[in-house]
Amino acid sequence: MSKQVAVAGVGMHPWGKWGRPFVEYGVHAARAALADSGIAWSDVDFVVGGETVRNGYAGYVAGSTFASALGWNGARIATSYAACATGAQALDTARARILAGMSEVALVVGADTTPKGFLAPNAGERWTDPDWLRFRLLGMTNPAYFALYARRRMDLYGATSEDFAQVKVKNARHGLENPYARYRKEVAVADVLGSAIVSDPLHLLDICATSDGAAAVVLTSLDYARRHGLADPVRVEAISTVTPTFPNAVIDMPLLATDHAADGAPERTFKESLALAAYEEAGIGPDDVDVAEVYDLSTALELDWIEDLGLCKRGEAEVLLRAGDTTIGGRIPVNPSGGLACFGEAVPAQALAQVCELTWQLRGQATGRQVDGARGRDGHPRVGITANQGLFGHGSSVLLAR
Amino acid sequence: MTTSTPAVAGWFTTGDDPRLVASRCTSCGTLAFPPPPPEAASFCRNPACDGDAHEPAELSRVGRVWSYTDAQYQPPPPYVPTTDPFQPFALAAVELPEGLVVLGQVADGYGVADLAVGAEVELVVETLYTDDDGERTIWRWKPVVELGEEADQ
Ligand SMILES: [Zn+2]
Repeated sequence: MSKQVAVAGVGMHPWGKWGRPFVEYGVHAARAALADSGIAWSDVDFVVGGETVRNGYAGYVAGSTFASALGWNGARIATSYAACATGAQALDTARARILAGMSEVALVVGADTTPKGFLAPNAGERWTDPDWLRFRLLGMTNPAYFALYARRRMDLYGATSEDFAQVKVKNARHGLENPYARYRKEVAVADVLGSAIVSDPLHLLDICATSDGAAAVVLTSLDYARRHGLADPVRVEAISTVTPTFPNAVIDMPLLATDHAADGAPERTFKESLALAAYEEAGIGPDDVDVAEVYDLSTALELDWIEDLGLCKRGEAEVLLRAGDTTIGGRIPVNPSGGLACFGEAVPAQALAQVCELTWQLRGQATGRQVDGARGRDGHPRVGITANQGLFGHGSSVLLAR
Repeated sequence: MTTSTPAVAGWFTTGDDPRLVASRCTSCGTLAFPPPPPEAASFCRNPACDGDAHEPAELSRVGRVWSYTDAQYQPPPPYVPTTDPFQPFALAAVELPEGLVVLGQVADGYGVADLAVGAEVELVVETLYTDDDGERTIWRWKPVVELGEEADQ
């Protein structure tokens, strides 16, 4: 039995700081995805929402919230939460129901809005909550975790602050023509190195912001796509949302320590296993990949992901970067959308935004940032992969092909 | 006279030879840090073990730096600032011989320039902040050999 489903339509709301309710962004993205697919809302039989934890009850029941805002149509609903992997988990839920033959058309939506002003920490003392303890006992912020990984690249592989800045320069250039990107401005190496150091060695411009935004994907069975004249759709080949395997020997946000690796570090890290599970599910390998969208919470983290996805050997991502291989026009372009560097993170939407971008890339519709000269039809990319990691053992990798 | 107590109970010992205190599964020996709160259930993290009883286990005092960074800006609450204006501090993830990597602040007076991946550090106990109960202490990582002096040794 085929394990593939069709990406019938994709849509986004531009990322930014718009200060509007998340539902507005989500409906905008959903309607754009439906219009892209040519499928009527009344024909959608399953809606999966990516939960937002910042927007009260409506956010906790995002699937219902979006379905209601689009007008109850009697579809089944579900809501997923998996931190940064929320969108991928929602997509996997939709895919599973389609592959089981229980649904034909699923709409997956993720949207977020960041409340104005500072994110006030929850009141009270929470001495058993690692996310509270890391601030109280260590003053350990998110950028500090990213900085630990960045410093390791420097001390082990000879990465430099200039390398990290070049990732930002590349992604800023990629995002210039992306109508959904929040930051669309060229950045020079000197701008990055001249910005304040937040956590050594990372500068302010090495670290991504948080944004409002929304993304939506319409999935159908291959049979439904055929019957409705969706010729040659982008297909979902794999969605990996595996957990880490004990012992997890890389320190993960927001934890204060790793697992106990009594016999040394295991064969694979969590991030490597995320990609491997996707490759194994699809029966394809890193050599088949033409384009990648990875979670560049920091510039240095993009370099880690390139290796975690098997696109080069451990410690060699800087070589690819310096050779221009990861730039559009290079051998294996990474983050042609501009990545989180140009978007800022909108948690429940971000993994879906990666799928939207790859869908446009595989169709040859990524105007102004199209990867070409690749192995697919008309020189478009044939295979694309996404990757991200979130808190508490969540992460995902999605493989698309056309 | 001021009293001095750990900012968190049961995670480290004090005195001349301070140690982190992990929990050790009495079935399979798997260690976990931080140890679970006394009132909480403690399920062994080893997926091949269904043990839920554990005992305190002191960890080695000396380890090697897995990586390091610093906080150039004051972290948000519940971090408790102790100086105004804020003084940056360094942080290190340290690999202990038992096979755990444990985060900690770096000892007062040391910054990222004093650290390198693989360098030896040892555990010390210093004051984190002062509250109504007096000084509250925390474990910190202190470089064993000053960088630049290694070549002479
Ligand atoms: Zn055990």
